[in-house]
Amino acid sequence: MLIINCPYCGPREQCEFTNGGEAHVARPSDPEKVSDKEWSEYVFFRSNPKGIYFERWVHSHGCKKWFNAVRDTSTDKVLKVYEIKDEKPSLADLENSNLTTPSGEPEVGSGNFTVRKI
Amino acid sequence: MKKKYSIFNIARNAFSNHENWQKMWRSPEPKKNYDVIIIGGGGHGLGTAYYLAKEHGLTNIAVIEKGWLGGGNTGRNTTIIRSNYLWDESANLYEHSLKLWEGLTHDLNYNVMFSQRGVMNLAHTEHDIKEIKRRVSANTLNGIDSKWISKEEIKKLVPIMNTDNLRYPVLGASFQPRGGTARHDTVAWGYAMRADEMGVDIIQNCEVHKILTENGKVIGVETSKGIIQSKKVGVVASGHTSVLAESAGIRLPLQSKPLQALVSEPIKPVIDTVVMSNAVHAYVSQSDKGELVIGAGTDGYNSFTQRGGFDVVENTIRAMVELYPVFGKMKMLRQWGGIVDISPDASPIISKCDIQGLYFNCGWGTGGFKATPGSANVFAHTVAKNEPHSINAAFSLDRFVSGKLVDEHGAAAVAH
Ligand SMILES: Cc1cc2nc3c(=O)[nH]c(=O)nc-3n(C[C@H](O)[C@H](O)[C@H](O)COP(=O)(O)OP(=O)(O)OC[C@H]3O[C@@H](n4cnc5c(N)ncnc54)[C@H](O)[C@@H]3O)c2cc1C
Ligand SMILES: [Zn+2]
Repeated sequence: MLIINCPYCGPREQCEFTNGGEAHVARPSDPEKVSDKEWSEYVFFRSNPKGIYFERWVHSHGCKKWFNAVRDTSTDKVLKVYEIKDEKPSLADLENSNLTTPSGEPEVGSGNFTVRKI
Repeated sequence: MKKKYSIFNIARNAFSNHENWQKMWRSPEPKKNYDVIIIGGGGHGLGTAYYLAKEHGLTNIAVIEKGWLGGGNTGRNTTIIRSNYLWDESANLYEHSLKLWEGLTHDLNYNVMFSQRGVMNLAHTEHDIKEIKRRVSANTLNGIDSKWISKEEIKKLVPIMNTDNLRYPVLGASFQPRGGTARHDTVAWGYAMRADEMGVDIIQNCEVHKILTENGKVIGVETSKGIIQSKKVGVVASGHTSVLAESAGIRLPLQSKPLQALVSEPIKPVIDTVVMSNAVHAYVSQSDKGELVIGAGTDGYNSFTQRGGFDVVENTIRAMVELYPVFGKMKMLRQWGGIVDISPDASPIISKCDIQGLYFNCGWGTGGFKATPGSANVFAHTVAKNEPHSINAAFSLDRFVSGKLVDEHGAAAVAH
Protein backbone atom coordinates (compact mmCIF):
# COMPACT_ATOMS: atom_id res chain seq x y z
CA MET A 1 0.00 0.00 0.00
CA LEU A 2 1.18 3.54 -0.67
CA ILE A 3 2.10 5.90 2.09
CA ILE A 4 0.71 9.35 1.37
CA ASN A 5 1.88 12.38 3.26
CA CYS A 6 -1.23 14.40 4.12
CA PRO A 7 -0.09 18.05 4.23
CA TYR A 8 -2.16 18.46 7.40
CA CYS A 9 -1.75 15.15 9.28
CA GLY A 10 1.51 13.62 8.04
CA PRO A 11 2.17 10.21 6.46
CA ARG A 12 -0.78 7.80 6.46
CA GLU A 13 -1.74 4.63 4.58
CA GLN A 14 -3.45 5.11 1.24
CA CYS A 15 -6.67 3.40 2.37
CA GLU A 16 -7.37 6.42 4.60
CA PHE A 17 -7.62 8.54 1.46
CA THR A 18 -9.96 8.76 -1.52
CA ASN A 19 -8.62 9.71 -4.92
CA GLY A 20 -10.32 12.62 -6.67
CA GLY A 21 -8.91 12.14 -10.17
CA GLU A 22 -6.83 14.60 -12.17
CA ALA A 23 -5.97 17.93 -10.57
CA HIS A 24 -6.03 21.40 -12.17
CA VAL A 25 -9.03 20.69 -14.45
CA ALA A 26 -10.94 23.94 -14.73
CA ARG A 27 -14.69 23.98 -15.30
CA PRO A 28 -15.51 26.14 -18.33
CA SER A 29 -16.38 29.53 -16.90
CA ASP A 30 -19.15 30.12 -19.43
CA PRO A 31 -20.85 26.73 -19.94
CA GLU A 32 -23.52 28.07 -22.33
CA LYS A 33 -20.86 29.33 -24.69
CA VAL A 34 -18.75 26.21 -25.07
CA SER A 35 -19.33 23.71 -27.87
CA ASP A 36 -20.46 20.14 -27.26
CA LYS A 37 -16.93 19.03 -28.05
CA GLU A 38 -15.39 21.31 -25.43
CA TRP A 39 -18.01 20.35 -22.88
CA SER A 40 -17.34 16.69 -23.58
CA GLU A 41 -13.62 17.31 -22.97
CA TYR A 42 -14.43 18.74 -19.57
CA VAL A 43 -16.89 16.02 -18.57
CA PHE A 44 -15.31 12.83 -19.92
CA PHE A 45 -11.69 13.30 -20.93
CA ARG A 46 -8.88 13.20 -18.38
CA SER A 47 -5.14 12.70 -18.79
CA ASN A 48 -4.02 9.12 -18.24
CA PRO A 49 -0.23 9.32 -18.39
CA LYS A 50 2.19 6.56 -17.63
CA GLY A 51 4.54 8.73 -15.63
CA ILE A 52 4.10 12.09 -13.93
CA TYR A 53 0.48 12.69 -12.93
CA PHE A 54 -1.09 15.57 -11.03
CA GLU A 55 -3.99 14.37 -8.93
CA ARG A 56 -6.37 15.22 -6.09
CA TRP A 57 -6.80 13.31 -2.87
CA VAL A 58 -9.09 13.75 0.13
CA HIS A 59 -8.09 12.46 3.54
CA SER A 60 -11.55 10.94 4.00
CA HIS A 61 -10.77 8.90 7.12
CA GLY A 62 -8.70 11.68 8.68
CA CYS A 63 -8.88 15.46 8.52
CA LYS A 64 -11.28 15.28 5.52
CA LYS A 65 -9.32 17.99 3.71
CA TRP A 66 -8.59 17.98 -0.02
CA PHE A 67 -5.07 18.41 -1.34
CA ASN A 68 -3.07 17.75 -4.51
CA ALA A 69 -0.25 15.32 -5.19
CA VAL A 70 2.21 14.54 -7.96
CA ARG A 71 2.72 10.82 -8.46
CA ASP A 72 4.61 8.73 -10.99
CA THR A 73 1.98 6.25 -12.14
CA SER A 74 4.61 3.85 -13.48
CA THR A 75 6.14 3.36 -10.02
CA ASP A 76 3.41 4.75 -7.73
CA LYS A 77 6.02 6.94 -6.12
CA VAL A 78 4.47 10.09 -4.64
CA LEU A 79 6.80 12.92 -5.61
CA LYS A 80 5.10 15.86 -3.94
CA VAL A 81 1.99 16.82 -1.99
CA TYR A 82 0.74 20.40 -1.93
CA GLU A 83 -2.27 22.41 -0.90
CA ILE A 84 -5.20 23.04 -3.22
CA LYS A 85 -4.45 26.77 -3.25
CA ASP A 86 -0.84 26.20 -4.35
CA GLU A 87 0.36 26.61 -7.92
CA LYS A 88 0.88 23.53 -10.05
CA PRO A 89 4.50 22.57 -9.29
CA SER A 90 6.95 22.64 -12.16
CA LEU A 91 8.67 19.38 -13.02
CA ALA A 92 11.99 20.86 -11.87
CA ASP A 93 10.69 21.08 -8.29
CA LEU A 94 9.99 17.38 -8.09
CA GLU A 95 13.47 16.10 -7.30
CA ASN A 96 14.64 15.14 -3.81
CA SER A 97 11.46 13.47 -2.75
CA ASN A 98 11.95 11.15 0.18
CA LEU A 99 8.45 9.80 0.23
CA THR A 100 8.26 6.05 -0.05
CA THR A 101 6.25 3.63 -2.10
CA PRO A 102 5.15 0.38 -0.51
CA SER A 103 7.26 -0.96 2.27
CA GLY A 104 9.86 -3.35 0.91
CA GLU A 105 8.18 -3.84 -2.48
CA PRO A 106 10.12 -2.94 -5.60
CA GLU A 107 9.32 0.49 -6.91
CA VAL A 108 8.49 -0.84 -10.31
CA GLY A 109 5.69 -3.34 -10.66
CA SER A 110 6.15 -6.57 -12.53
CA GLY A 111 5.88 -6.17 -16.25
CA ASN A 112 7.10 -2.59 -16.16
CA PHE A 113 10.77 -3.26 -16.72
CA THR A 114 10.39 -3.70 -20.43
CA VAL A 115 8.21 -0.67 -20.85
CA ARG A 116 9.73 2.55 -22.00
CA LYS A 117 7.90 5.61 -20.81
CA ILE A 118 6.55 7.50 -23.78
CA MET B 1 1.14 -25.52 -42.67
CA LYS B 2 -1.95 -26.58 -40.79
CA LYS B 3 -1.16 -27.85 -37.32
CA LYS B 4 -3.04 -30.91 -36.25
CA TYR B 5 -3.34 -32.28 -32.79
CA SER B 6 -4.40 -35.87 -32.32
CA ILE B 7 -3.95 -38.77 -29.98
CA PHE B 8 -1.47 -40.29 -32.48
CA ASN B 9 0.59 -37.12 -32.39
CA ILE B 10 0.72 -37.23 -28.62
CA ALA B 11 1.92 -40.84 -28.74
CA ARG B 12 4.48 -40.08 -31.46
CA ASN B 13 5.88 -37.11 -29.53
CA ALA B 14 6.07 -39.14 -26.34
CA PHE B 15 8.99 -41.04 -27.89
CA SER B 16 11.02 -37.82 -27.99
CA ASN B 17 9.95 -36.71 -24.51
CA HIS B 18 7.67 -34.08 -26.04
CA GLU B 19 10.69 -32.00 -26.93
CA ASN B 20 10.13 -31.92 -30.69
CA TRP B 21 6.59 -30.60 -30.99
CA GLN B 22 6.04 -28.31 -33.95
CA LYS B 23 6.09 -24.59 -33.09
CA MET B 24 2.59 -23.17 -32.82
CA TRP B 25 3.54 -20.07 -34.78
CA ARG B 26 6.58 -18.67 -36.56
CA SER B 27 8.54 -15.81 -34.98
CA PRO B 28 9.50 -13.78 -38.05
CA GLU B 29 11.44 -10.55 -38.15
CA PRO B 30 9.09 -7.71 -39.08
CA LYS B 31 8.76 -6.82 -42.76
CA LYS B 32 9.09 -3.18 -43.87
CA ASN B 33 5.47 -2.82 -44.79
CA TYR B 34 2.11 -4.35 -43.91
CA ASP B 35 -1.48 -3.77 -45.00
CA VAL B 36 -2.57 -3.74 -41.35
CA ILE B 37 -0.65 -3.52 -38.08
CA ILE B 38 -2.36 -4.58 -34.88
CA ILE B 39 -0.72 -3.32 -31.68
CA GLY B 40 -1.28 -5.74 -28.78
CA GLY B 41 -1.06 -9.51 -28.76
CA GLY B 42 -3.89 -10.19 -26.35
CA GLY B 43 -7.00 -12.13 -27.28
CA HIS B 44 -8.69 -9.14 -28.90
CA GLY B 45 -5.68 -8.23 -31.05
CA LEU B 46 -4.89 -11.78 -32.16
CA GLY B 47 -8.58 -12.46 -32.78
CA THR B 48 -8.75 -9.31 -34.93
CA ALA B 49 -5.86 -10.58 -37.08
CA TYR B 50 -7.56 -13.99 -37.36
CA TYR B 51 -10.90 -12.56 -38.54
CA LEU B 52 -9.16 -10.08 -40.88
CA ALA B 53 -7.47 -13.02 -42.57
CA LYS B 54 -10.38 -15.42 -42.42
CA GLU B 55 -13.33 -13.17 -43.25
CA HIS B 56 -11.77 -10.25 -45.10
CA GLY B 57 -8.97 -11.89 -47.04
CA LEU B 58 -6.26 -9.65 -45.60
CA THR B 59 -3.16 -11.62 -44.70
CA ASN B 60 -0.32 -9.12 -44.97
CA ILE B 61 -0.78 -8.32 -41.29
CA ALA B 62 1.51 -7.96 -38.29
CA VAL B 63 0.48 -8.31 -34.66
CA ILE B 64 3.04 -6.48 -32.52
CA GLU B 65 3.33 -7.41 -28.87
CA LYS B 66 5.76 -5.85 -26.41
CA GLY B 67 5.93 -8.92 -24.19
CA TRP B 68 4.55 -12.39 -24.81
CA LEU B 69 1.18 -13.41 -26.26
CA GLY B 70 -1.59 -13.19 -23.70
CA GLY B 71 0.75 -11.68 -21.10
CA GLY B 72 -1.59 -8.72 -20.61
CA ASN B 73 -5.10 -8.92 -19.22
CA THR B 74 -5.95 -11.90 -21.42
CA GLY B 75 -3.70 -14.08 -19.27
CA ARG B 76 -4.55 -12.30 -16.02
CA ASN B 77 -8.32 -12.38 -15.94
CA THR B 78 -10.80 -14.59 -14.09
CA THR B 79 -12.33 -15.77 -17.41
CA ILE B 80 -15.98 -15.19 -16.64
CA ILE B 81 -18.16 -15.21 -19.77
CA ARG B 82 -21.77 -14.02 -19.93
CA SER B 83 -23.95 -11.73 -22.03
CA ASN B 84 -26.57 -10.48 -19.54
CA TYR B 85 -25.98 -6.75 -20.13
CA LEU B 86 -28.77 -4.19 -19.83
CA TRP B 87 -28.95 -2.14 -23.02
CA ASP B 88 -29.78 -3.48 -26.49
CA GLU B 89 -26.45 -2.28 -27.89
CA SER B 90 -24.45 -4.21 -25.30
CA ALA B 91 -26.73 -7.24 -25.40
CA ASN B 92 -26.11 -7.45 -29.17
CA LEU B 93 -22.36 -7.16 -28.77
CA TYR B 94 -21.89 -9.57 -25.87
CA GLU B 95 -24.40 -12.07 -27.24
CA HIS B 96 -22.63 -11.99 -30.62
CA SER B 97 -19.53 -12.89 -28.68
CA LEU B 98 -21.18 -15.63 -26.62
CA LYS B 99 -22.48 -17.25 -29.81
CA LEU B 100 -18.93 -17.21 -31.23
CA TRP B 101 -17.63 -18.75 -27.99
CA GLU B 102 -20.09 -21.60 -28.45
CA GLY B 103 -18.43 -22.51 -31.74
CA LEU B 104 -14.87 -21.37 -31.07
CA THR B 105 -13.26 -24.69 -30.23
CA HIS B 106 -14.56 -26.09 -33.53
CA ASP B 107 -13.77 -22.96 -35.50
CA LEU B 108 -10.15 -22.95 -34.31
CA ASN B 109 -9.96 -26.73 -34.06
CA TYR B 110 -8.23 -26.11 -30.77
CA ASN B 111 -9.84 -26.63 -27.38
CA VAL B 112 -10.47 -23.31 -25.63
CA MET B 113 -12.15 -25.23 -22.78
CA PHE B 114 -15.31 -23.15 -22.92
CA SER B 115 -17.37 -24.48 -20.04
CA GLN B 116 -21.00 -23.33 -19.89
CA ARG B 117 -21.43 -23.87 -16.19
CA GLY B 118 -23.74 -20.89 -15.69
CA VAL B 119 -23.19 -17.48 -14.11
CA MET B 120 -25.08 -16.17 -11.11
CA ASN B 121 -25.33 -12.51 -10.03
CA LEU B 122 -26.49 -12.23 -6.41
CA ALA B 123 -28.95 -9.69 -5.01
CA HIS B 124 -28.42 -8.62 -1.39
CA THR B 125 -30.70 -5.61 -1.05
CA GLU B 126 -34.12 -4.42 -2.17
CA HIS B 127 -32.40 -2.17 -4.70
CA ASP B 128 -30.32 -5.08 -6.04
CA ILE B 129 -33.52 -7.08 -6.56
CA LYS B 130 -35.12 -4.28 -8.59
CA GLU B 131 -32.01 -3.64 -10.64
CA ILE B 132 -31.33 -7.31 -11.36
CA LYS B 133 -34.97 -8.11 -12.20
CA ARG B 134 -35.03 -5.18 -14.59
CA ARG B 135 -31.91 -6.52 -16.27
CA VAL B 136 -33.37 -10.04 -16.47
CA SER B 137 -36.45 -8.60 -18.21
CA ALA B 138 -34.32 -6.60 -20.63
CA ASN B 139 -32.24 -9.73 -21.36
CA THR B 140 -35.39 -11.78 -21.98
CA LEU B 141 -36.59 -9.22 -24.51
CA ASN B 142 -33.23 -9.55 -26.27
CA GLY B 143 -33.47 -13.34 -26.38
CA ILE B 144 -30.75 -13.87 -23.75
CA ASP B 145 -31.20 -16.86 -21.44
CA SER B 146 -31.24 -14.91 -18.19
CA LYS B 147 -33.66 -15.70 -15.37
CA TRP B 148 -34.44 -14.72 -11.80
CA ILE B 149 -33.87 -17.49 -9.24
CA SER B 150 -34.92 -17.63 -5.59
CA LYS B 151 -32.75 -18.17 -2.54
CA GLU B 152 -33.88 -21.81 -2.41
CA GLU B 153 -32.78 -22.38 -6.01
CA ILE B 154 -29.43 -20.73 -5.26
CA LYS B 155 -28.98 -23.06 -2.29
CA LYS B 156 -29.59 -26.05 -4.54
CA LEU B 157 -26.96 -24.90 -7.04
CA VAL B 158 -24.40 -23.76 -4.45
CA PRO B 159 -24.99 -25.62 -1.16
CA ILE B 160 -21.88 -24.15 0.48
CA MET B 161 -23.20 -20.60 0.29
CA ASN B 162 -24.18 -18.86 3.51
CA THR B 163 -27.33 -17.05 2.44
CA ASP B 164 -28.80 -15.86 5.75
CA ASN B 165 -26.28 -15.38 8.48
CA LEU B 166 -24.44 -12.36 7.09
CA ARG B 167 -24.71 -8.60 7.07
CA TYR B 168 -26.25 -8.47 3.59
CA PRO B 169 -28.27 -11.69 3.26
CA VAL B 170 -28.67 -13.28 -0.16
CA LEU B 171 -32.19 -12.56 -1.44
CA GLY B 172 -32.12 -14.04 -4.92
CA ALA B 173 -30.06 -13.90 -8.09
CA SER B 174 -30.04 -13.72 -11.84
CA PHE B 175 -28.77 -16.82 -13.55
CA GLN B 176 -27.50 -17.26 -17.09
CA PRO B 177 -27.01 -20.99 -17.80
CA ARG B 178 -25.11 -20.39 -21.09
CA GLY B 179 -22.49 -18.29 -19.28
CA GLY B 180 -19.36 -19.84 -17.86
CA THR B 181 -15.58 -19.79 -18.18
CA ALA B 182 -12.86 -20.59 -20.75
CA ARG B 183 -9.13 -21.20 -20.67
CA HIS B 184 -7.60 -17.71 -21.11
CA ASP B 185 -4.16 -18.46 -22.63
CA THR B 186 -5.63 -20.98 -25.00
CA VAL B 187 -7.80 -18.32 -26.59
CA ALA B 188 -4.72 -16.21 -27.40
CA TRP B 189 -2.73 -19.24 -28.59
CA GLY B 190 -5.58 -20.63 -30.71
CA TYR B 191 -6.14 -17.35 -32.53
CA ALA B 192 -2.37 -16.86 -32.91
CA MET B 193 -1.79 -20.32 -34.35
CA ARG B 194 -4.59 -20.11 -36.92
CA ALA B 195 -3.77 -16.50 -37.88
CA ASP B 196 -0.13 -17.51 -38.37
CA GLU B 197 -1.21 -20.36 -40.66
CA MET B 198 -2.99 -17.85 -42.86
CA GLY B 199 0.17 -15.75 -43.13
CA VAL B 200 -0.14 -13.25 -40.28
CA ASP B 201 3.23 -12.26 -38.76
CA ILE B 202 3.19 -12.43 -34.97
CA ILE B 203 6.01 -10.34 -33.57
CA GLN B 204 6.67 -10.69 -29.86
CA ASN B 205 9.14 -8.81 -27.66
CA CYS B 206 8.70 -5.74 -29.83
CA GLU B 207 7.31 -2.60 -28.29
CA VAL B 208 5.56 0.13 -30.22
CA HIS B 209 6.96 3.46 -29.06
CA LYS B 210 5.05 5.78 -31.32
CA ILE B 211 2.26 5.78 -33.87
CA LEU B 212 3.49 7.69 -36.93
CA THR B 213 1.17 10.01 -38.82
CA GLU B 214 1.45 12.43 -41.73
CA ASN B 215 -1.19 14.94 -42.86
CA GLY B 216 -3.85 13.35 -40.68
CA LYS B 217 -3.13 9.85 -41.91
CA VAL B 218 -1.41 6.89 -40.31
CA ILE B 219 1.83 5.87 -41.99
CA GLY B 220 3.21 3.28 -39.58
CA VAL B 221 4.69 2.68 -36.16
CA GLU B 222 8.06 3.21 -34.57
CA THR B 223 9.06 0.12 -32.59
CA SER B 224 11.99 -1.31 -30.67
CA LYS B 225 12.77 -3.19 -33.91
CA GLY B 226 12.63 -0.10 -36.07
CA ILE B 227 10.00 1.62 -38.18
CA ILE B 228 7.28 -0.54 -39.71
CA GLN B 229 5.01 1.02 -42.31
CA SER B 230 1.28 0.55 -42.70
CA LYS B 231 -1.68 2.62 -43.80
CA LYS B 232 -3.88 0.96 -41.19
CA VAL B 233 -3.08 0.56 -37.51
CA GLY B 234 -5.43 -0.98 -34.95
CA VAL B 235 -4.62 -0.31 -31.30
CA VAL B 236 -5.76 -3.09 -28.96
CA ALA B 237 -3.48 -2.51 -25.98
CA SER B 238 -5.98 -2.44 -23.05
CA GLY B 239 -4.43 -0.44 -20.16
CA HIS B 240 -1.77 1.10 -22.39
CA THR B 241 -4.07 2.20 -25.21
CA SER B 242 -4.27 5.81 -24.08
CA VAL B 243 -0.47 6.01 -23.84
CA LEU B 244 -0.20 4.88 -27.46
CA ALA B 245 -3.05 7.16 -28.55
CA GLU B 246 -1.25 10.12 -27.02
CA SER B 247 1.77 9.40 -29.19
CA ALA B 248 -0.47 10.18 -32.17
CA GLY B 249 -2.03 13.21 -30.46
CA ILE B 250 -5.33 11.50 -29.74
CA ARG B 251 -6.99 11.82 -26.34
CA LEU B 252 -9.19 8.96 -25.18
CA PRO B 253 -11.66 9.05 -22.29
CA LEU B 254 -9.89 6.20 -20.46
CA GLN B 255 -8.39 5.79 -17.01
CA SER B 256 -5.96 2.95 -16.28
CA LYS B 257 -6.13 1.14 -12.97
CA PRO B 258 -4.82 -2.10 -11.48
CA LEU B 259 -7.38 -4.89 -11.11
CA GLN B 260 -6.46 -7.92 -9.03
CA ALA B 261 -7.29 -11.60 -8.85
CA LEU B 262 -6.07 -14.46 -6.72
CA VAL B 263 -6.24 -18.25 -6.62
CA SER B 264 -6.32 -20.69 -3.74
CA GLU B 265 -4.62 -24.01 -3.22
CA PRO B 266 -6.41 -26.71 -5.26
CA ILE B 267 -9.24 -28.60 -3.58
CA LYS B 268 -11.90 -31.13 -4.59
CA PRO B 269 -14.88 -29.73 -6.54
CA VAL B 270 -17.08 -27.57 -4.30
CA ILE B 271 -18.58 -25.05 -6.69
CA ASP B 272 -19.59 -25.94 -10.24
CA THR B 273 -20.93 -22.61 -11.42
CA VAL B 274 -19.76 -18.98 -11.31
CA VAL B 275 -21.09 -16.76 -8.52
CA MET B 276 -20.69 -12.99 -8.58
CA SER B 277 -21.85 -10.36 -6.14
CA ASN B 278 -21.70 -6.65 -6.83
CA ALA B 279 -22.95 -5.58 -3.42
CA VAL B 280 -20.32 -7.31 -1.28
CA HIS B 281 -17.77 -7.43 -4.11
CA ALA B 282 -16.73 -11.05 -4.34
CA TYR B 283 -16.85 -13.45 -7.21
CA VAL B 284 -15.61 -16.96 -7.55
CA SER B 285 -15.40 -20.02 -9.74
CA GLN B 286 -13.35 -23.19 -9.47
CA SER B 287 -10.76 -24.03 -12.11
CA ASP B 288 -10.33 -27.48 -13.61
CA LYS B 289 -7.23 -27.86 -11.44
CA GLY B 290 -9.41 -27.28 -8.37
CA GLU B 291 -8.17 -23.81 -7.48
CA LEU B 292 -10.72 -21.23 -6.43
CA VAL B 293 -10.40 -18.32 -8.84
CA ILE B 294 -11.32 -15.16 -6.98
CA GLY B 295 -11.68 -11.69 -8.42
CA ALA B 296 -10.97 -8.58 -6.39
CA GLY B 297 -11.59 -4.95 -7.26
CA THR B 298 -9.72 -2.08 -8.87
CA ASP B 299 -7.54 0.29 -6.90
CA GLY B 300 -9.10 3.69 -6.38
CA TYR B 301 -6.45 5.57 -8.32
CA ASN B 302 -4.73 5.52 -11.73
CA SER B 303 -1.65 3.36 -11.91
CA PHE B 304 0.39 1.32 -14.36
CA THR B 305 2.10 -0.85 -11.72
CA GLN B 306 0.72 -4.30 -12.42
CA ARG B 307 0.32 -4.99 -8.71
CA GLY B 308 -2.61 -3.49 -6.81
CA GLY B 309 -3.14 -2.62 -3.15
CA PHE B 310 -3.43 -5.19 -0.40
CA ASP B 311 -6.52 -3.58 1.13
CA VAL B 312 -8.44 -4.39 -2.05
CA VAL B 313 -7.66 -8.09 -1.66
CA GLU B 314 -8.52 -7.91 2.02
CA ASN B 315 -12.00 -6.52 1.27
CA THR B 316 -12.72 -9.27 -1.21
CA ILE B 317 -11.51 -12.02 1.11
CA ARG B 318 -13.66 -10.61 3.90
CA ALA B 319 -16.75 -10.89 1.68
CA MET B 320 -15.73 -14.35 0.42
CA VAL B 321 -15.34 -15.77 3.92
CA GLU B 322 -18.69 -14.38 4.96
CA LEU B 323 -20.46 -15.83 1.91
CA TYR B 324 -18.60 -19.16 2.03
CA PRO B 325 -17.54 -19.88 5.63
CA VAL B 326 -16.03 -23.23 4.49
CA PHE B 327 -13.27 -21.29 2.70
CA GLY B 328 -12.21 -19.61 5.95
CA LYS B 329 -9.12 -21.73 6.54
CA MET B 330 -7.92 -22.02 2.96
CA LYS B 331 -4.56 -20.76 1.77
CA MET B 332 -4.19 -18.50 -1.21
CA LEU B 333 -1.46 -19.46 -3.66
CA ARG B 334 -1.00 -16.51 -5.96
CA GLN B 335 -2.17 -12.94 -6.40
CA TRP B 336 -1.59 -10.65 -9.38
CA GLY B 337 -2.79 -7.49 -11.07
CA GLY B 338 -3.55 -6.34 -14.59
CA ILE B 339 -3.95 -2.78 -15.85
CA VAL B 340 -7.49 -2.19 -17.05
CA ASP B 341 -8.69 0.73 -19.20
CA ILE B 342 -11.91 2.08 -17.76
CA SER B 343 -14.28 4.20 -19.86
CA PRO B 344 -16.84 6.67 -18.47
CA ASP B 345 -19.87 4.47 -19.25
CA ALA B 346 -18.27 1.08 -18.53
CA SER B 347 -18.68 0.19 -22.22
CA PRO B 348 -15.93 -0.40 -24.77
CA ILE B 349 -14.74 1.93 -27.55
CA ILE B 350 -14.51 0.18 -30.94
CA SER B 351 -13.99 3.07 -33.25
CA LYS B 352 -12.29 5.08 -35.94
CA CYS B 353 -10.84 8.44 -34.95
CA ASP B 354 -9.83 11.77 -36.49
CA ILE B 355 -6.68 10.23 -37.97
CA GLN B 356 -7.35 8.27 -41.13
CA GLY B 357 -6.37 4.61 -40.84
CA LEU B 358 -6.12 4.64 -37.05
CA TYR B 359 -8.59 2.42 -35.18
CA PHE B 360 -9.12 1.72 -31.49
CA ASN B 361 -10.53 -1.28 -29.69
CA CYS B 362 -10.29 -0.44 -26.00
CA GLY B 363 -12.17 0.57 -22.88
CA TRP B 364 -12.97 -3.07 -22.08
CA GLY B 365 -11.91 -2.29 -18.55
CA THR B 366 -12.66 -5.00 -16.05
CA GLY B 367 -14.83 -7.15 -18.31
CA GLY B 368 -13.58 -7.71 -21.83
CA PHE B 369 -12.46 -11.33 -21.81
CA LYS B 370 -16.02 -12.52 -22.43
CA ALA B 371 -16.15 -10.27 -25.46
CA THR B 372 -12.92 -11.50 -27.06
CA PRO B 373 -14.34 -13.29 -30.13
CA GLY B 374 -17.18 -10.80 -30.73
CA SER B 375 -15.01 -7.75 -30.29
CA ALA B 376 -12.28 -9.14 -32.55
CA ASN B 377 -14.86 -10.07 -35.15
CA VAL B 378 -16.53 -6.64 -35.40
CA PHE B 379 -13.23 -4.79 -35.05
CA ALA B 380 -11.83 -6.74 -38.01
CA HIS B 381 -14.87 -5.58 -39.99
CA THR B 382 -14.30 -1.97 -38.86
CA VAL B 383 -10.63 -2.05 -39.90
CA ALA B 384 -11.19 -3.86 -43.20
CA LYS B 385 -14.17 -1.80 -44.37
CA ASN B 386 -13.19 1.48 -42.69
CA GLU B 387 -16.66 1.62 -41.16
CA PRO B 388 -18.20 0.02 -38.10
CA HIS B 389 -20.12 -3.23 -38.19
CA SER B 390 -23.77 -2.60 -37.21
CA ILE B 391 -23.00 -4.27 -33.87
CA ASN B 392 -20.27 -1.82 -32.85
CA ALA B 393 -21.66 1.37 -34.42
CA ALA B 394 -22.99 2.45 -31.01
CA PHE B 395 -19.55 2.06 -29.43
CA SER B 396 -17.80 4.83 -31.33
CA LEU B 397 -15.77 7.65 -29.79
CA ASP B 398 -18.26 10.34 -30.75
CA ARG B 399 -20.78 9.06 -28.20
CA PHE B 400 -18.88 11.10 -25.60
CA VAL B 401 -19.72 14.25 -27.55
CA SER B 402 -23.28 13.37 -28.56
CA GLY B 403 -24.03 12.10 -25.06
CA LYS B 404 -25.47 8.82 -26.35
CA LEU B 405 -23.67 6.73 -23.75
CA VAL B 406 -24.21 3.01 -23.23
CA ASP B 407 -24.25 3.04 -19.45
CA GLU B 408 -23.46 -0.46 -18.20
CA HIS B 409 -22.29 0.35 -14.68
CA GLY B 410 -24.95 -1.95 -13.27
CA ALA B 411 -23.90 -4.91 -15.39
CA ALA B 412 -20.20 -4.24 -15.61
CA ALA B 413 -18.79 -2.00 -12.92
CA VAL B 414 -18.02 -4.64 -10.32
CA ALA B 415 -18.97 -7.89 -12.00
CA HIS B 416 -16.45 -8.86 -14.66
C1 LIG C 1 -7.71 -9.45 -12.63
C2 LIG C 1 -8.60 -9.33 -13.83
C3 LIG C 1 -9.79 -10.05 -13.88
C4 LIG C 1 -10.63 -9.95 -14.98
N1 LIG C 1 -11.74 -10.75 -15.03
C5 LIG C 1 -12.51 -10.77 -16.14
C6 LIG C 1 -13.60 -11.70 -16.24
O1 LIG C 1 -13.85 -12.50 -15.33
N2 LIG C 1 -14.36 -11.66 -17.38
C7 LIG C 1 -14.12 -10.78 -18.38
O2 LIG C 1 -14.86 -10.79 -19.35
N3 LIG C 1 -13.07 -9.91 -18.33
C8 LIG C 1 -12.26 -9.89 -17.24
N4 LIG C 1 -11.18 -9.02 -17.17
C9 LIG C 1 -10.95 -8.08 -18.27
C10 LIG C 1 -10.24 -8.75 -19.43
O3 LIG C 1 -9.09 -9.42 -18.98
C11 LIG C 1 -9.82 -7.74 -20.49
O4 LIG C 1 -10.87 -6.85 -20.81
C12 LIG C 1 -9.42 -8.43 -21.80
O5 LIG C 1 -8.64 -9.56 -21.53
C13 LIG C 1 -8.66 -7.46 -22.66
O6 LIG C 1 -8.07 -8.15 -23.73
P1 LIG C 1 -7.16 -7.39 -24.75
O7 LIG C 1 -6.70 -8.38 -25.75
O8 LIG C 1 -7.87 -6.17 -25.22
O9 LIG C 1 -5.97 -6.83 -23.83
P2 LIG C 1 -4.61 -7.56 -23.29
O10 LIG C 1 -4.76 -9.01 -23.14
O11 LIG C 1 -4.21 -6.75 -22.11
O12 LIG C 1 -3.66 -7.30 -24.50
C14 LIG C 1 -3.06 -6.05 -24.78
C15 LIG C 1 -1.63 -6.32 -25.15
O13 LIG C 1 -1.04 -5.13 -25.63
C16 LIG C 1 0.31 -5.17 -25.29
N5 LIG C 1 0.87 -3.83 -25.38
C17 LIG C 1 0.62 -2.76 -24.58
N6 LIG C 1 1.35 -1.70 -24.97
C18 LIG C 1 2.06 -2.10 -26.05
C19 LIG C 1 3.00 -1.44 -26.90
N7 LIG C 1 3.37 -0.17 -26.71
N8 LIG C 1 3.54 -2.16 -27.91
C20 LIG C 1 3.21 -3.46 -28.12
N9 LIG C 1 2.33 -4.11 -27.34
C21 LIG C 1 1.76 -3.44 -26.32
C22 LIG C 1 0.32 -5.74 -23.89
O14 LIG C 1 1.57 -6.30 -23.56
C23 LIG C 1 -0.78 -6.78 -23.97
O15 LIG C 1 -0.32 -8.07 -24.21
C24 LIG C 1 -10.31 -9.08 -16.07
C25 LIG C 1 -9.13 -8.35 -16.02
C26 LIG C 1 -8.27 -8.46 -14.92
C27 LIG C 1 -6.98 -7.69 -14.90
ZN1 LIG D 1 -5.25 14.69 6.84
